[in-house]
Amino acid sequence: MTALLRKHALALATLLALAAAPFLGFGDGFALGLLARAMILGMAAVSLSLLVGGAGLVSLGHAATMGIGAYAVVAFDAAGISEGLIVFPAAIAAAAAYALVTGAVSLRTSGVHFIMITLAFGQMAFFTTSSFSSLGGDDGYTLYARTEWLGMRILDNRLAFHFLCLGLLALVWIGGTLLLGSRFGRVLRAARENPQRALAVGFQPYPYRLTAYGMAGAVGGLAGALLANATEFVSPALLSWTRSGELLFMVILGGVGQLGGAILGALAMVLLEETLSHLLVYWRLVFGPLLVLAVLFLPDGLVGAPLRLRAAFRLASPKRRNADA
Amino acid sequence: MSMLLVQALNGLQFGVLLFLVAAGLSLVFGVMDLINLAHGVQYMLGAYVAATLGVWTGSFWLGALLALPVALLVGLALEWLVFRHLYRRDHLSQVLATFGVILTVDEATRALWGSAPQTVLEPAWLSGGPMGGVEIVAGLIYPTYRLVIIGIGILVPLLLWFLVERTRAGMLVRAGATHPAMVSALGVDIRRLFTVVFAFGAMLAGFAGALASPIFPVAPGMGDSVLILCFVVIVIGGVGSIRGAFIAALLVGLLDSIGRAMLPDLLRLLLDPSSARQTGAALASMLVYIVMAGILFFRPAGLFPGGRSA
Repeated sequence: MTALLRKHALALATLLALAAAPFLGFGDGFALGLLARAMILGMAAVSLSLLVGGAGLVSLGHAATMGIGAYAVVAFDAAGISEGLIVFPAAIAAAAAYALVTGAVSLRTSGVHFIMITLAFGQMAFFTTSSFSSLGGDDGYTLYARTEWLGMRILDNRLAFHFLCLGLLALVWIGGTLLLGSRFGRVLRAARENPQRALAVGFQPYPYRLTAYGMAGAVGGLAGALLANATEFVSPALLSWTRSGELLFMVILGGVGQLGGAILGALAMVLLEETLSHLLVYWRLVFGPLLVLAVLFLPDGLVGAPLRLRAAFRLASPKRRNADA
Repeated sequence: MSMLLVQALNGLQFGVLLFLVAAGLSLVFGVMDLINLAHGVQYMLGAYVAATLGVWTGSFWLGALLALPVALLVGLALEWLVFRHLYRRDHLSQVLATFGVILTVDEATRALWGSAPQTVLEPAWLSGGPMGGVEIVAGLIYPTYRLVIIGIGILVPLLLWFLVERTRAGMLVRAGATHPAMVSALGVDIRRLFTVVFAFGAMLAGFAGALASPIFPVAPGMGDSVLILCFVVIVIGGVGSIRGAFIAALLVGLLDSIGRAMLPDLLRLLLDPSSARQTGAALASMLVYIVMAGILFFRPAGLFPGGRSA
């Protein structure tokens, strides 16, 4: 139990901090909106981390699943339907279906080609959404109202929305972690480490990978539906390949090894963006180099940063090294 | 029919520009196994430098030529600062670090030149002439400048082919692409070879940007969309294959231009005019990616699998 706690300490601490945040002075509308966005992107990042870290599948088109979830909400809104019991399952199913269909093709390739083909499918989804002129085309669509649940406007309450996002994020994280630890997850990891050997032991990686891809898509769809509700506005920019790049970045920034890292990465990225863009006009001039430095010097991500710092400190101080020797 | 011919020429011209950018990308990818998303940045810088220096010096061609050394130097600087630390890293790290470079350079461009697109005039003596173009077939006039681009775009690949296939440096590049350890063991400084290839690719991309500057809007982020198409070109053509990249670039250029012109009309046979226009436009944007997914489905290594199948 304690070993389990220690292993996930950083992720648990992050979730606890998110739960406490509304009562520690981050309870105003702006802060809650920001945290909701970070948690929703965190969900998408966790699902992508399942693919990248668990199965070794680097998708550069994951934002498309988020976009499909968001556009499902918007399409129902345009049709006058805003009942969550219809909208959310539909959004999740649509994104999962998209992931299964494109995954069936993409998973035939590997390595760089997989990165590129997922990018190609993402671009197709991007251009499809910009052709929906009844949903605003390139300009996007503003939601009339947030999704209702059994006719009640629960999501309008910002605190309720905050805890809904937090609960779902925790569920996605726990579900993903359990999945990776299960037999299913072990097959995925085995196929990542050595496809030939996995085959030889009797496991066809393809159906496992496709299932994982579909599940990640479903979570992406859920995140998209929530994001549409959080921002009350959806545009094709949500599906652009740079958005997929950002999601990948959250995964890497947090640390590929653990799903919890993706939560940390998403939070760090959203907060950093927000802070820098308030301080500077051309804030990406700082943000961009920071990302490069993070890739170069934090190969294990934020999750691995404490260990790395400790090691660097040891090397830097000769006294300690003598003491160790 | 003449409309189809004009679109085919436009497609050819777009295709050769794509090749100029994709060639460097493909060499870097093939030789160093480095995915450089920031290659489009070189294209954008080329366009900006040509636009600015073209105005300063009063000559478009001088601006375009000066864009070459500038792109070369920026390429060398980026290689030294960022990329050389990425050669031994996995593709994921490369994608992300170069993504960071894109954000930085796009923002720097915005800070230096502003967000509004720059206008670049075509070189005067080429846009002039009788009726501003060349009569290709009876009654059909095509802008001279675009024909010049097509001409350059056919000359440069020939030169490149000669360099890669017929010179000692080219032999080392080809050998370095397939057997880096062996080339290194033979006493060739593989690091320096990488740097040269990298800078050369950056220069080609900058040149493409300079050539494109009078035709396409010169704006921050202009390299990103071109870059994605270039990856499509490389993946369709086969990683590391210059010949494959050339054929795929022409294919992508033609598909894109002709698709944009013809699909809305074709769909009008099936749909009502307004929805035909919409669906046609969306389908045309997707056409290239649909073809790419199709080709990869049947030939995962591309049309002309090169030395290294990554």
